[in-house]
Amino acid sequence: MIDTQRTEPSHGAPSNPFMPEQMRIVRRYDLTSDVRFFQVRPVDMERALSLDYKPGQFMMISLAGVGEAPFSISSTPSRPGMVEFCIRKVGRLTEQLFTYKENSIIGLRGPYGNGFPLEKMVGKDILIVVGGLGVAPLRSLLLYILDNRDQFGKFYVLHGAHTPAEMLFRKEFFEIKERDDLNCLLTVDEDPQGEWPFRKGLVTDLFEEIDGLDPDNTYATVCGPPVMYKFVVAEFLKLGIPKHQILMTLERRMHCGIGKCGHCVIGSIYTCLDGPVFSYWDVLHMKDLI
Amino acid sequence: MKALKLKKEDLYTYLESLKSYGELWGPVSRGEHYSYAKLANVRDVALQALRTIIPPKKFFVPPRFNMFRYSEDQYTETFEDVKPRVLFGIHPCDIHGLMILDELFLDRFPDPYYKKRREATAILGLSCIPDDKCMARSTNTHAVEGGFDLAFNELGEEYLVWVGSSLGDDLVRLNIDLFSEEIETSDVQKYLEWRRKRDSRYKLNFDLTGMPDIMELSWDSPLWDELADRCLSCGSCSMVCPTCNCYNIRDISDLSLESGVRQRRWDSCMNKEYALVAGVHNFREARAERLKLYYTHKLKAFITEYGRPSCVGCGRCIDTCPVSINVAEVIRGLKGQEVKL
Repeated sequence: MIDTQRTEPSHGAPSNPFMPEQMRIVRRYDLTSDVRFFQVRPVDMERALSLDYKPGQFMMISLAGVGEAPFSISSTPSRPGMVEFCIRKVGRLTEQLFTYKENSIIGLRGPYGNGFPLEKMVGKDILIVVGGLGVAPLRSLLLYILDNRDQFGKFYVLHGAHTPAEMLFRKEFFEIKERDDLNCLLTVDEDPQGEWPFRKGLVTDLFEEIDGLDPDNTYATVCGPPVMYKFVVAEFLKLGIPKHQILMTLERRMHCGIGKCGHCVIGSIYTCLDGPVFSYWDVLHMKDLI
Repeated sequence: MKALKLKKEDLYTYLESLKSYGELWGPVSRGEHYSYAKLANVRDVALQALRTIIPPKKFFVPPRFNMFRYSEDQYTETFEDVKPRVLFGIHPCDIHGLMILDELFLDRFPDPYYKKRREATAILGLSCIPDDKCMARSTNTHAVEGGFDLAFNELGEEYLVWVGSSLGDDLVRLNIDLFSEEIETSDVQKYLEWRRKRDSRYKLNFDLTGMPDIMELSWDSPLWDELADRCLSCGSCSMVCPTCNCYNIRDISDLSLESGVRQRRWDSCMNKEYALVAGVHNFREARAERLKLYYTHKLKAFITEYGRPSCVGCGRCIDTCPVSINVAEVIRGLKGQEVKL
């Protein structure tokens, strides 16, 4: 059985679940040459203040004349009033989105999906591993835990990028690394400019610095390029973390986000309703997974 | 639920009186096939029709329709005006098909477009005697106990008319004089006899118990590649399936490029682009993978989720697939029997 709860409609959303809500791009800036940060806020201020979501949920961005696509939320609900996204220019909709300036209005629907099982994660040690664009959904969880630090146990964050220039939210992670209430370990595969102040190597190399996690009481989560999962999950298992406490978020084509259009189905589950967050135990026997 | 009787000779008179409630639709002949049409003349109704080319889902999820009109960043709902209408001649398998769509479209996050059309439509069922392509007995969808407003069951020279809803009761009262409430012991015998006759006519009988397990165990079966070698990925099986509900969204701009419509149109998991995501990764590039998804949905996933298959045994895929891939052949193949392709 799927170990996660199914989504219910969120309060304050329009009665037609397909109706995009108007949101304003408040800030946007480039994180790398092809990845851009977007901070958006519902035009309706009351809705902006009531908009609630869970780390790990996603929203459908809607551009009139182009269509809709799902995007992970990168911000934390503990900092209300706005939603943030970290988006790579990779397709038709994102090409168009990158032409939108600050103060432009875009359409959004959601939040959708199950999100991380925070109620089960409270009180546990947490290990977050991100690579590349995988930071998009996990930054939400990371910031949420930092904002509710006393509710969680030991906290490790492992972040790997190809080069220093490609590390998303680099400045933010450098600041987080300075904090003494978590262990934030950063690495790059290559350092062509010789500017990297920390260790170099694969993100899996960072596991040797992990010390004192209680595996039975740890929730570990990973997001990154497909090649990363196999190796990182192997490290989680080596640490002795149970399969159902290893969490990951899946990506699928979606046209609705609410279990109607069928595109995100994997076997008997809908990625949009039952996911996108699944445990390793859930996905272990899913067919055509990647 | 209560049952009434209607003389067969009075059917046309009754159908005519239904027009005071709304538009009357029913199956009519289209060459060798049948299709639902508005019944200007009630005598056009093809009472012998078994399966229409397209199932009644088209009344609730039209093949394409507009959800919104947009202009720059504004979206306006476009609800087509759906007048009250009566669908007559819906067979039990198709009523089950609608009940399955109800679970998908009305349960969580109710779809207002579906809901509006569903609420405006009265469902009038009609019993049928199966042909060699029907397999509704195997899927346990050969009879209905709900999901209709009225259900007409043949009973010799009369129809036994089951009243299944409060609207159904209103519809009967449109011409109550035609109906009799006297159900006699001989009617019960006639009804049981009719049921026995119907049940004995099924040529396609499958035991679907354990189907989810069989599919799980057959994931790597060579059967899928054999089927995929023939499959044309045309998607016809999805178009004619009463429970296929997948759709795509497309924004269609006006010539000005400043406004347009957001359109919803039927899609099929047999299409190659079905699981394609940005960045050109396709989760189901191989045709065999897509076939597996289709039949997993019909014979495994829905059973796991709702306790019954999402195949209602209507036989449309048997009638339609140009290369004879259909639910009966797939079940045969999965059970290790010879597949007739």
